[in-house]
Amino acid sequence: MRLRITILTLLALSAGLSFSEAVSAYDPPPPNLMVENLKADDVPNDAGGELLVTWDLPADPGLGSQVSVLRLMRAETPEGPFSQIIEMAPKISEYSDQGLANGKKYFYRIDAVTDAGLYASRISEPAVPRASWFNSQRVSLVVALALFTGLVLFFIWRARRGATLFVRKITGLSAVDEAIGRATEMGRPILYLPSGGLSAVSDIQTLASLVILGRVAEKAAEYETPLLVPCSDPLVMTLAQEIVKASYMNAGRPDAYRAENIRYLTNEQFAYTAGVDGIMIREKPAANFMIGTFYAESLILAETGYATGAIQIAGTAMITQLPFFVAACDYTLIGEEIYAASAYLSKEPVLMGTIKAQDWGKAIAIGLIILGVILETLALKYPQLHFFASRWLASQ
Amino acid sequence: MKKTLPLTITFLAGFYMILAFFVPHKIIAASAQEMQSWEIIIVAFTLVLGIGNLIQVHADKIHRQKSGWYYSLVLLICLVSMMVIGLFWGISEGTVYYWLYDNVMAPLSAAMFSLLAFFIASAAYRAFRARNKEATLLLVAATIIMIGRIPLGNVIWHHLPWLGAKFPNALEGLTQWIMDIPNAAGQRGIKIGAALGAVSMALRMLLGIERSYLTTGGGN
Repeated sequence: MRLRITILTLLALSAGLSFSEAVSAYDPPPPNLMVENLKADDVPNDAGGELLVTWDLPADPGLGSQVSVLRLMRAETPEGPFSQIIEMAPKISEYSDQGLANGKKYFYRIDAVTDAGLYASRISEPAVPRASWFNSQRVSLVVALALFTGLVLFFIWRARRGATLFVRKITGLSAVDEAIGRATEMGRPILYLPSGGLSAVSDIQTLASLVILGRVAEKAAEYETPLLVPCSDPLVMTLAQEIVKASYMNAGRPDAYRAENIRYLTNEQFAYTAGVDGIMIREKPAANFMIGTFYAESLILAETGYATGAIQIAGTAMITQLPFFVAACDYTLIGEEIYAASAYLSKEPVLMGTIKAQDWGKAIAIGLIILGVILETLALKYPQLHFFASRWLASQ
Repeated sequence: MKKTLPLTITFLAGFYMILAFFVPHKIIAASAQEMQSWEIIIVAFTLVLGIGNLIQVHADKIHRQKSGWYYSLVLLICLVSMMVIGLFWGISEGTVYYWLYDNVMAPLSAAMFSLLAFFIASAAYRAFRARNKEATLLLVAATIIMIGRIPLGNVIWHHLPWLGAKFPNALEGLTQWIMDIPNAAGQRGIKIGAALGAVSMALRMLLGIERSYLTTGGGN
C-alpha cells in the first residue's frame, strides 16, 4: 500500500504538482456525511401553504453518528439566500414546512453539522405548495353519501306516492306509551334526560333525543302528568323548553306547561349525575327516559333509577355505555333505533321513507363487507385484487 | 317566515359544513373554521341562560319554602361565592378558586365516579342471572372475560390441576377471541347502523323533513 502511494506521489510530482498537493490528492476520500435525495413535495388534499421535505440520512452508518445536528435551509431561488427554518436531531428524515405562500417556488438544502464543519446537501428541485379543491381521499365517502341521499329521496318520493312501508317493531319505542301510562296511574312524574353530563346540542344523538322528547311531552300533556327535564347544557335546556311548550300546545294543554320543570343543572359530568340522582330519589319519578349521548354517568343514573322502582327506557349510540343500559333498564334503544324514533312514533310516511333508506343503506354495507372479504381472500392468490379491497373499500 | 327562515339557515349552514368536509381549500376551510368559532362563542353566551335559569328555579324554591329549600340556599351561596372568588382573585393555580376546585369539586366528582364500581356489581348481579338462553350466554362470556382479564384469573388458571398444565394459554386465547371476534363484530354492526341512522337524521333535518326540533310540532 505504502509503495503504491509513493509511486502515485512520484507520478503526481512529475505532472508538475507541489509535494503537499501531490500527497493530499491521494488522501483517503472524505467521509460521506451529506444528506442525500433531498425532495420537497406539495402535501396533497390540504388547504395549501405546506410542503413535505424528505431526505435520506448520511449513507455511512458509522460516520453518520458524527453529525450532531441537521439544519433545514430554505430559499426562494436556487442561488439563495438560504435561511434556516429549523434545527433537527440527526436521525430525523422528514419535515413538514408550513405557513408558505401558495403558488410560489421553494428550494431546500440540508446542512449536516459535525465537529469538522458543515456538510451541505444538494439543493432540492423546486416545490410549489398548492391548495386542493377536493380531498381525493374522501371519494368513497362522496359516493356513499350521494348513494344514500339518493335512497332517502327515492323512498320519500315513494312514500309521497302512497306506498306502504313496513318498519319492524321497536320494543323500546312501543313501550313509551306504557311508561307514560304507568306514571299517570301512579300519580308520579316522568323524568326525561335528553343527554348525559357532557354532551352538547351539536351532538346528533341529543337532537334525536329532543325529537323523542317532543312526542313524550305531548303524551304527558294529554295525561296531565308532570314532566321533569334536567339539562346539562343551557342550549339544550332552551330547546327542550321550546319543544315541551310546543308539545303542550299541540296537546291543547298550554296551561299545564311548567317552565321550571325543564331546568339547567350543570355541565360538570358528575355534578350533573349527582343532581339527577337527587331528583330521582326526592321526586320518585315513575318513568325514566335516558336517551342521547351518555358516558360514565350512564350506569350511575340507570342503577339509581332502578333502585327507585321506575320503569326505565334508555337509548344511546355509545357502544361502551349500551351494556350498562341493557343491564339496568327495562327497555334499551340500541344505536340506530334512537334515530328511527321520530318516524316510528309519528308514523309519518315521509319520515318512514328515510327509515327504509337506512335499511337499504345497511344492506349495501353488508354487501360491501361480503365483497371485501371475498376480494381479500382471493387476493392471497391474485394480489391485484388487494388494491380494491384494502385501498378502495377500506382505506378511503 | 317563522318556519322558512330557520329551515333555510339550517340547510345552508349544514350544507356548507358538508362542503367544508370535502373541500380542503382555504377559501372554504377558513370560513368553516370561522363558523365553528362562532358556535363556541354562542355556546359560551348561553351559559348566562343556564345560570339565569338556575338562580330563578332555586330562588323561587327558597321564596316559597318548598321542601328541601335549604339545599337550594346552599347551592346559590356556593354559586355566588365561586363567582365572586373567581372574578376578583382569579382562577389560576395558587388562587382560592383553584384550591376550592381541587379540594372540594374534584374529590366530590371522584366520589360520585367511584360509585360506579358498586353499581357495576349490582347491575352485573342482575344481568348475569341465567334466566334464559341469552342471559346464560352472557353469563358464560362475561365470566370468561372477567377471569381472563385479571392477573389473578390467569394465576388461578395456571394452577388448575389438569387444564392449566395441558392448555396454559387457553384462557388468554379464548378471552382475546371473544373480544376480537364476536364482540368486535357486534360492535361494528351497531356502529354501522348508528352511523347510517345519524346520516339519515342529519339529512332529514337539512332537508326540512324533520322539524320537531324547531318546535313546530311534528314532522313534515
